[in-house]
Amino acid sequence: MAETPGSALQARLGRAYLGWRSFAANPLAMVGLGIVVTLVLIAIAAPLLATHSPLAQDLSNRLQPPSAIHWLGTDELGRDIYSRIIYGARITLMIVGLVAVLVAPIGLLIGTVAGYLGGWIDTVLMRVTDVFLAFPRLILALAFVAALGPGIQNAVIAIALTTWPPYARIARAETLTLRNTDFINAARLQGASAVRIVWRYVVPLCLSSVIVRVTLDMAGIILTAAGLGFLGLGAQPPSPEWGAMISAGRKFILDQWWIATIPGLAICIVSLGFNLLGDGLRDVLDPKQR
Amino acid sequence: MIEIDGLNVVFGTGPRTVHAARNVSCHVAAGESFGLVGESGSGKSTVLRALSGLNPDWTGRMTVAGEALQRRRPKSFHKRVQMVFQDPYASLHPRHTVDRILLEPLLIHGLDDREQRVLRALDEVGLGPRFRYRFPHQLSGGQRQRVAIARALILEPSVLLLDEPTSSLDVSIQAEILNLLWRLRRERKLTYVLVSHNLAVIAHMCDRLAVMNAGRIVEELDVAALRAGAFTQPYTRQLFEASRGYDRAAADKFVTFD
Amino acid sequence: MSEPLLTVEDLRVLFPGPHGTVEAVRGVSFTVGREKLGIVGESGSGKSMTGRAILKLVPSPGIVTARRLTFGDVDITAADQRTMRDIRGRRISMVMQDPKFSLNPVMTVGKQIAEAYLVHADASAAAARQRALELLAAVRIRDPERVYDLYPHEVSGGMGQRVMIAMMLVPDPDLLIADEPTSALDVTVQMQVLAIIDDLVMKRGMGLIFISHDLNLVASFCDRILVMYGGRIVESCRAAELHRARHPYTRGLLAALPRFDRPPAELPVLNRDPSWLTGPEVPG
Repeated sequence: MAETPGSALQARLGRAYLGWRSFAANPLAMVGLGIVVTLVLIAIAAPLLATHSPLAQDLSNRLQPPSAIHWLGTDELGRDIYSRIIYGARITLMIVGLVAVLVAPIGLLIGTVAGYLGGWIDTVLMRVTDVFLAFPRLILALAFVAALGPGIQNAVIAIALTTWPPYARIARAETLTLRNTDFINAARLQGASAVRIVWRYVVPLCLSSVIVRVTLDMAGIILTAAGLGFLGLGAQPPSPEWGAMISAGRKFILDQWWIATIPGLAICIVSLGFNLLGDGLRDVLDPKQR
Repeated sequence: MIEIDGLNVVFGTGPRTVHAARNVSCHVAAGESFGLVGESGSGKSTVLRALSGLNPDWTGRMTVAGEALQRRRPKSFHKRVQMVFQDPYASLHPRHTVDRILLEPLLIHGLDDREQRVLRALDEVGLGPRFRYRFPHQLSGGQRQRVAIARALILEPSVLLLDEPTSSLDVSIQAEILNLLWRLRRERKLTYVLVSHNLAVIAHMCDRLAVMNAGRIVEELDVAALRAGAFTQPYTRQLFEASRGYDRAAADKFVTFD
Repeated sequence: MSEPLLTVEDLRVLFPGPHGTVEAVRGVSFTVGREKLGIVGESGSGKSMTGRAILKLVPSPGIVTARRLTFGDVDITAADQRTMRDIRGRRISMVMQDPKFSLNPVMTVGKQIAEAYLVHADASAAAARQRALELLAAVRIRDPERVYDLYPHEVSGGMGQRVMIAMMLVPDPDLLIADEPTSALDVTVQMQVLAIIDDLVMKRGMGLIFISHDLNLVASFCDRILVMYGGRIVESCRAAELHRARHPYTRGLLAALPRFDRPPAELPVLNRDPSWLTGPEVPG
């Protein structure tokens, strides 16, 4: 940690290190990080961690409580719940990752362009944003499914289409406050084009808010995906998606509670993890501390 | 070098119109240091912003080095005219290192030999290469202003517009920055347009000055006349008296000029 | 000279932090009587903290210690919150830099002055309004009735600062602490506001502590001056004798100011001698 960094890379790493130290000082944030990292590791190592195949049915062993062989019991078709949870982590991660990767850049782009250029471009883009904001997620998902058929890809698209508007709003609000600062004026006075200013000056400053918002939204995305799965609109059987598992377990909730409860707990823990992580990130990246 | 003729800047519409600059006309010779002094709302910053191109809504005629200025400025204009802002904390991008801040103008204009230019610019403003990879929040106010000056000069302009460059700085730091600006002007034969509310700073740095009030130029005079007290307008006299420190008798005679 | 209003001996303000303790004020001693005392310093000199320490308004985690800090017969270091609340406003008042940030934006200015009156006196709303109007006139606002009903964002900077002064003088304090009260104002308005402060201080026999970074202004406005550097007082003199100041920092500051009567040349740059931070404490 040099006081006088010797290169651009060293300067950036120095700042990142200070940010990490600040984050690590927050115990709840570290818990959140731990949960998310665990989720990622489980998803990656699924074949190694699972004890059975998630799709193998064994009708003679159906509805078994947790035991030494089946650590979390079996479901209505005799499939090992533990292994299904493990493989389900992959699906959850994929949904969350795809949505985030689609939603953040689109929202950021639309918001910064609208905020910086102003005028009719701003009006048009913001009204488009309003249109998408007006759609309730599940209704749109139903519409998509009706049009294109059920499945994970369509579920992801439906979620993404209704999730990006708030990011555009956040980005636009930040851009509006930045637009008249002297460092932007200085860039204009050097002859920088609007594209350069938006991409190299405005976007880096909006990134923190967007990252924090994405992390905090993840819980909501997971729940929506689970809801779609619950309605049979998301991942299709026999895919071990957690929401679909809850739906299937509904019928047995009184006597074989583990079939619905365990995927529910998984969703709960992962959502909590993302929330804690998002809170911790916000504390570190908060503009007051810039 | 700079000619301003009948400049008018109006903000807002209807009942909330503000006529920020009214028929402002003045000229600045090449190599001269020209001061615009006035209190808040006098229009001095408005004139500077219109001249720099930051504010495209003006009417009138302005020429720099013989070329008439349009609403949009070509890139060549920015190579010739640069600006230093008042608040050193706000004029540097918080996420860019000093190196990046100085490279930007070079990249925008496609200049080569960038490494040497950056090092030279840092050297000229009295900051060594060890400041190159620091972030703005790691610099003091005076150091940030030096970086802002280096950034303005790295394109080798011939005109420097200075908007209250030392108003946010402590007195001892102000002296250093004023000395730096003084030296740079002599060495590079620059033309300065300096805006300030501080008459003493203007008297120190400029050859000629214009006093502004409520959007108009009230009086134009050269610095020798100012120091000798040879002003003709009561507003100038009032400003001069107020700048010399508190005088109970004088304060009682102050009026609001509209 | 009469008994001093405020006596300060060895005042220290510390801010403990993760990277060590920051000493904002390091052993400041002075007295203030019914006079205008100016405290001058650059940023980081500790002048604002000194003003706040007197009223125990130092933000946490600051710690204030002093060998003696007495206001009349009250020992401020030992005073509890109730005693301090009684003193603040009623016996010692404070005016700060920017009225935009000190006035309540959702209340008319007249109402705010009336409120200040009601806090310290048991009176009817009508009496409070009357007093507020009187004070607005005392700070030379030409149309008190009209200004009474204006909101802070509707008045100019100079008028806002005059309203602040009126508010602070409502309870008739003995000592006024003014922290850069005119720095945000235009130079002619500055003079007018200072004239008002001058009159009020003289007429009521108040003491005034005027904190500023503007050496010239303080020298022309105040009776006595204290120059602070690095948390200590390095110079104490009568305002009229400032040009004969002895400490190299003061001389350096005076020399570094651009002046009308000097031909433009390089301004002598202040060379900060580290020994200034450890020199003997100068009592004010």
